[in-house]
Amino acid sequence: MTNQIPSLYHKKSWRSLFNRPETMTFTLLILALVGASLLSEYFLDVNYILRSFTLTAELSIAALVLTMVIISGEIDLSAAANIALSACIFAYVQASGAPMTLAILTGLFAGLVMGSLNAILVIVYQLPSIIVTIGTLIFYRGLAQVIAGDKSIRVPEWFIGVNTKMVLGVPFPVVIFTATAIILGLVLGTTIYGRQIYQVGTNNTAALHAGIKSNRIKFGLFVLLGVVSSACGIMAASRLGSVRYDLALGGELQMVLMAMLGGTYIFGGRGTILGTFLAAWLLVIVSTGMTVANLLPAIQLTVLGLLLIVAIIATNFIYSRARR
Amino acid sequence: MIKKTILSTVAAFTLASGMALSEDIDIVFIGKNTGNPYFDSLTQGFVEACDVIACNFEFVAPATAEATSQIPFIEAQIQRGVDVIAISPNSPDALNQVFDAARAKDILVLTVNGDITGNEEHRDATILPTDFTKVGADQVEMVGSLIGYEGEVAILSATTEAPDQNFWIEGMNKTLETDSKYSKMTLVATVYGDDQPEKSTTEMESLLANFPKLRGVIAPTTVGIAAGAQVVQSRGISDTVKVTGLGLPSEMRDFVKDGTVEGFQLWSPYNEGWLAAHFSVGLKNGSMENKVGGTFQVPNLGTITINPGNSINTQAALTTFNAANIDDFNF
Amino acid sequence: MKPILKFLSGREAGIFVMIILFCTAVGIYKPHFISSNSLRIILLLVPLIMIGAMAQMLVLVARHVDLSMGSMLGFSAMVAGLMYRDMPEIWWPIGFLVAVGTGAVLGLFNGLLVTIFNLPSIIVTLGTLNLYRGLTFIISDARQINRANIPSELKAMSQTSPIFGIPWIILMSFAIALLTFYLVRYTQLGRQIYAIGSNPNAAPLRGINVTKVTLIVFIISGALSGLAGIMYASRWGFVNPSNTGMGFEFQVIAAVVIGGVSINGGVGTVLGTFLGVILLGCVAAALPLLGIPGTTQSAIYGSVILIALLIDRSVRQRATANTKRSRA
Repeated sequence: MTNQIPSLYHKKSWRSLFNRPETMTFTLLILALVGASLLSEYFLDVNYILRSFTLTAELSIAALVLTMVIISGEIDLSAAANIALSACIFAYVQASGAPMTLAILTGLFAGLVMGSLNAILVIVYQLPSIIVTIGTLIFYRGLAQVIAGDKSIRVPEWFIGVNTKMVLGVPFPVVIFTATAIILGLVLGTTIYGRQIYQVGTNNTAALHAGIKSNRIKFGLFVLLGVVSSACGIMAASRLGSVRYDLALGGELQMVLMAMLGGTYIFGGRGTILGTFLAAWLLVIVSTGMTVANLLPAIQLTVLGLLLIVAIIATNFIYSRARR
Repeated sequence: MIKKTILSTVAAFTLASGMALSEDIDIVFIGKNTGNPYFDSLTQGFVEACDVIACNFEFVAPATAEATSQIPFIEAQIQRGVDVIAISPNSPDALNQVFDAARAKDILVLTVNGDITGNEEHRDATILPTDFTKVGADQVEMVGSLIGYEGEVAILSATTEAPDQNFWIEGMNKTLETDSKYSKMTLVATVYGDDQPEKSTTEMESLLANFPKLRGVIAPTTVGIAAGAQVVQSRGISDTVKVTGLGLPSEMRDFVKDGTVEGFQLWSPYNEGWLAAHFSVGLKNGSMENKVGGTFQVPNLGTITINPGNSINTQAALTTFNAANIDDFNF
Repeated sequence: MKPILKFLSGREAGIFVMIILFCTAVGIYKPHFISSNSLRIILLLVPLIMIGAMAQMLVLVARHVDLSMGSMLGFSAMVAGLMYRDMPEIWWPIGFLVAVGTGAVLGLFNGLLVTIFNLPSIIVTLGTLNLYRGLTFIISDARQINRANIPSELKAMSQTSPIFGIPWIILMSFAIALLTFYLVRYTQLGRQIYAIGSNPNAAPLRGINVTKVTLIVFIISGALSGLAGIMYASRWGFVNPSNTGMGFEFQVIAAVVIGGVSINGGVGTVLGTFLGVILLGCVAAALPLLGIPGTTQSAIYGSVILIALLIDRSVRQRATANTKRSRA
């Protein structure tokens, strides 16, 4: 997957490997595996880890697209709320008697609308994406609560169980996650479009002068994240068998955490899909290891918070050194 | 910090290996969320039961009570290979799949203090604190006795979809309509404070504003009754508006002592844990049977019957707390 | 006359009109909404948000944001609550010092991360939001501090009044608003906060120690969150590791943004923030009175934030257009 390295890295010598944040993520991943195995004898079981991954697969998939949004110099904190609202709209439509295809299309359309609303506010009205998406985060989840109330909406029995479908022994959501990572990785790492995303994030003005339609690129990324999030919401409905407005509550932190831990630079311009891919596994291993050891969930909150701070300090440090 | 982490790592490791060596029944109780005082007493029942009978007990709970937050914890217990998962479910249907996975591994799944109504086939049995069909009538009698069976009453509940509360409210409505003893009482409103102190307080305030002739409020939720009592206390109207409902003695003690609340009701959460532990061990070692209509003995609780739907109650009726007995309860 | 004219043309007048319109509309539908009792309900709803909003205003003016306020509130309240539980003999006002001090330390930590490592405050405080919440669970062993452990004098502050029947905590929140007004209007620090927010690059050239001022702003944010924490214990009579302060930051940001504080830094008034808080309080008090279910509250808050952002944007555009015209 070396072709995913952004063009900013010209040094081909293996020493530059240490200057790459993915190396940090990978090292942490190994450390976490060892730590979790020491923490509980029940942890080291590939099937269990894969099964646990399906619990956050939806967030992980959306985080891959979020990575691209962050690289382009914006951020979207509303994706987790989008997952909840799309899932509720989808479940509501099919529960009211519509055919499944129509329900799925409605859910995806809802995601398209949500992504577009974010994009319009950020790009057309030039409002800072961080505050806009805090606003839409509250708004989307609020709408989910208006639609579903406090009760859960069931989906039909035959639709349940995307996470128990196996492809060569790997749960289907994990396959989707990996496939999405490969596709997005190739787009970002090898295409002109991918290079333009980096350029927009590094220096928007310079990108404009170079003739890159940065607004169109950003708009497209917000909409893509909206649609992918809604697909994830529908997948979550299949995994759970029912949805409630509080689906993926607080997921925005986990998604940002995945991107940051994977070495995406919060100010844009740097980061890779590979990094987020590794970070998603890192997070699953850390939280699963602690859960199976019956540690207080509070310790998990604390560790997640610390990880985010450490990750961002480390990436900042690595990038500032690389710049010298 | 690092030292602490290492220490807890070592502690968890020794704990885990100790568990594997033991022949006792491994029971884990998964609460709705951590920091919920209600579960302290329930957990205590488990702990003390496992001091005297052959079981190991652990309590885990997610940080927040959203529908899916318990799933990783159930998965982890399946992976640990425990014998019994007792759980107060956060959702009536989001847990079906993972419950099935647990039962496929021969793990006994008991819902405690709340059931997965409508999806009962995904758990083995449920342990409820009391006969929920009588709660509504008991609560109406409670508020009636406080207001002299005359005047306007209102209900301050939890969330609009809370299944237990809605079931009880249905019972209250039916009792008020059909029992002539309460013919002079009218239910003027049912409002929902979402089990948040802020919202419950606002709802209580607007009840008082919307219904100036209000005489009594039933709050069948621990958060609601405390918020309602606080409003009445701060406005000094405890003589005209009587607040009652279901509450925790530890949270209501002050209000009872200063006369704001004359009486309220609940059951013993401790006994739920105590019974669940005994039932788990009995089923696993073969001395009890999970059959509708069957009975078994539990120390301190006497003969327990398994009701239709594999539902078990720890006590027949609600306990009423008032100034005379509140100091006897420490939960 | 001049100040009145200035007020009438400003953002504050807009919010003021919105409050009047909203209350009149609700009052037509439910006449008893217009009463001293409603005023009491509204005023009792807002003290915590008022204090938080004053702090968040300063943070936003300095071109930062603090998402960890709710967790700082919870942690500080828990430290004070643990002290009350384990040292019942202690003189109860010490709790204020402990909570404010604890909050200040947490705020300092945020500030240090932001200044030393030059990190964006939004990500730092998103991290500490979880970190502080987790620590609250750990120090409390995930147990609630019950009503019986909170001193009755403290609880009485939400009910008894020294003057005009207005409870202590309302007076305190107004006092904080006045203090903030003084800070912003009459101190050098206040002017420096605005200078940093308006143009962070130019501020050092004018001899402003950006690091120091930023640190102070975050310390104030922590300290006031701590104050809100002890007031939470007073108002609700308990401290819960999970509920206390949960979502507080969103209410505060909603109030501040409605109040016309610009997210781009450098712009914001105490009066605007004050009115934003009151408007939010009116909405919160009116919803149950109108029989609107609580489940709609988030959607309403969210849309209000978005609308406020758009208004802010159009006001700024017009302002720039005006300046350009006057220059021409």
